[in-house]
Amino acid sequence: MQDAIQKKQVKRPKNRLSYKGAWKDRLRKFVFGSKEKEGAGKQVVVYILLISIGFVYLYPLLYMISKSFMTVSDLLDSSVQWLPTTAYIDNYKNAARAMNFWKTFRDSVIIAGIPTLINVVVCATVGYGFARYNFPGKNILMGLLIFSFIIPPQITMMPTYVFYTDLGIIDSLKAFIIPSILGQGLKAQIFILIFWQFFRQVPQALIEAAKIDGAGHFKSFARISIPSAAPAILVVFLFSIVWYWNESYLTQLYVVGATGGSESTLSTLVVSLKTFEATYSTAASQSGGQMISINENIKMAGTMLSILPLLIMYFILQRQFVESVDRTGITGE
Amino acid sequence: MKKQKKAKLGRLKRRENMMGYVFILPWLLGLLGLVIYPLFESFKYSLNRIIMNPLLGRVMEFKGLDNYRNIFLEDPDFLVQLQGYLVQTILAVPVIVAFALIISILLNGKIRLKGFFRLIFFLPVIIASGPVMTQLMDQGAASIPMMDVTTITSILQEHLPKVIATAVSSVFSNIIMLLWYSGVQILIFLAALQKIDSSLYEAAKIDGGSGWECFWKITIPTIKPMILLNAVYTIIFMSNTDTNSIINLISTRMFSTSASAGGYGYASAMAWCYSLVVVILVVIMALLLVGRKDIYERRAKKYRKEQKKQEKLAKKFRRRGERNARRNTKKASKAA
Repeated sequence: MQDAIQKKQVKRPKNRLSYKGAWKDRLRKFVFGSKEKEGAGKQVVVYILLISIGFVYLYPLLYMISKSFMTVSDLLDSSVQWLPTTAYIDNYKNAARAMNFWKTFRDSVIIAGIPTLINVVVCATVGYGFARYNFPGKNILMGLLIFSFIIPPQITMMPTYVFYTDLGIIDSLKAFIIPSILGQGLKAQIFILIFWQFFRQVPQALIEAAKIDGAGHFKSFARISIPSAAPAILVVFLFSIVWYWNESYLTQLYVVGATGGSESTLSTLVVSLKTFEATYSTAASQSGGQMISINENIKMAGTMLSILPLLIMYFILQRQFVESVDRTGITGE
Repeated sequence: MKKQKKAKLGRLKRRENMMGYVFILPWLLGLLGLVIYPLFESFKYSLNRIIMNPLLGRVMEFKGLDNYRNIFLEDPDFLVQLQGYLVQTILAVPVIVAFALIISILLNGKIRLKGFFRLIFFLPVIIASGPVMTQLMDQGAASIPMMDVTTITSILQEHLPKVIATAVSSVFSNIIMLLWYSGVQILIFLAALQKIDSSLYEAAKIDGGSGWECFWKITIPTIKPMILLNAVYTIIFMSNTDTNSIINLISTRMFSTSASAGGYGYASAMAWCYSLVVVILVVIMALLLVGRKDIYERRAKKYRKEQKKQEKLAKKFRRRGERNARRNTKKASKAA
């Protein structure tokens, strides 16, 4: 190693003087890089690509934020592009009023939170069962697990709807709770696979040691495996809550129901965004002229409101989100 | 994976393994009750015409394959939308996968602010839900502002058949949405790239391989399973998003009250057709990406085959020689 460095140092001045046009060579080396070092040109290209794609990624979000603070006159004024003339928050006020923000927000937290908690518990149990025991028919069941992920939900949607209606759990939170107890919550298959992958990595010796000390099956699961699965639990929790939060179709079908929107029924922010225009116009007519009629800015403000809680959560827990896939080893083997 | 000879388990171990059923019991019940039973039911529905009667509840009337026939012969929307969906998915999957691969390779290099860039590229996973997407698309915030979409569209429509042209131009006009769908894929690729042994690249460099060659000969073959995983994930995701028009069509048909074309039965038949198409897409994708073997593997296989053949030939000759020798000795002994 040291030899090589010395050699280089000795060689360099010789190289520089040795032939004509050596500076061209050096420039090329600087821009395109050599075998040892990456060129500055390549670095610049990489950064330009990353920054421009990053901008494209953020563009809708920036657009949304900028539009949501504009007044109507800003919207019509062609000289106003990005920066609104004043920080105008009435859009948010109106949108929040139309969506009935605090109540809907509370509902959203309930609708996303309770099934998520159940999901974590059930998926961990099932994943542990798959990872730890070699019961007969395991491979077939694993195949069925993946199969149940691949079939489109539309195919089972109608009979499930009828089934829930017969059970009398439609239009209530139970329609989300019962499937998640049975390990069929939203994308539960992925979570089971994550736990399965994780519990396979827990050393068998640990469990055997616990067994010798007198722990039964459930005790060794609850006391040994669960505490070591903290990263997987966190990942499943985060993703589950995000997916439940963003699910509008099934939520509308099973939980909110066709009537939705009234004070007594549950509704989520995302669902109320889906029917935003209708909700807004009824709210505006009830308010008796206090709320201006709907425009793009108010729609953008409503969209912003519906994703704001998730955004805040994301910026607080960003590390856990971004490193999640590495840590659970979902791509392993 | 190599096949391992399984030792037969002892009775105690077997009994212990039965505990596995206890752990997966809730899921098993869910599978039976909420997946397999609805599958059968939905197939039954699709063969019936179901009328909601306020007094009798659901009234089923067996119709055979009528629903399916109506979908293909009489329904004005389904086939058109299916065509649109197919073209769009076939266009979008390579775009998303390639884009995710490029981004993850860029992120895997030695760059500053890696965490910040990852934060940006993962952001859409959090906020990209159906209604939000719809709102943004309505506003035209889904296309890159510097790109002149209308020109591209008009050029495309001149040169391509209409179905393909509209699909391609919709890819252009909603390009940000497509990029937004690739957050999870980027993470999966990134995790796979980080697991590649760096000594492979060093060895290739010593042998004089350029970055380009390293990419094609090392990176791509190593992450090939992940490409398949991402492609399948993308297809399933694209088929189930709220912005997909077929899904909305199915649900409107499901709740439509008009007796002519609607009801659970008809919608079930539609869902079955649609799922069949999705499954076929997934299978085609899997065959495309899995079926091809490495050239070295193929060569090695050929070589092994050749060797076996020669071995057989050698064996044959040896046997023949032995036989002849025996015969000769017999003859010799007889002569003697």
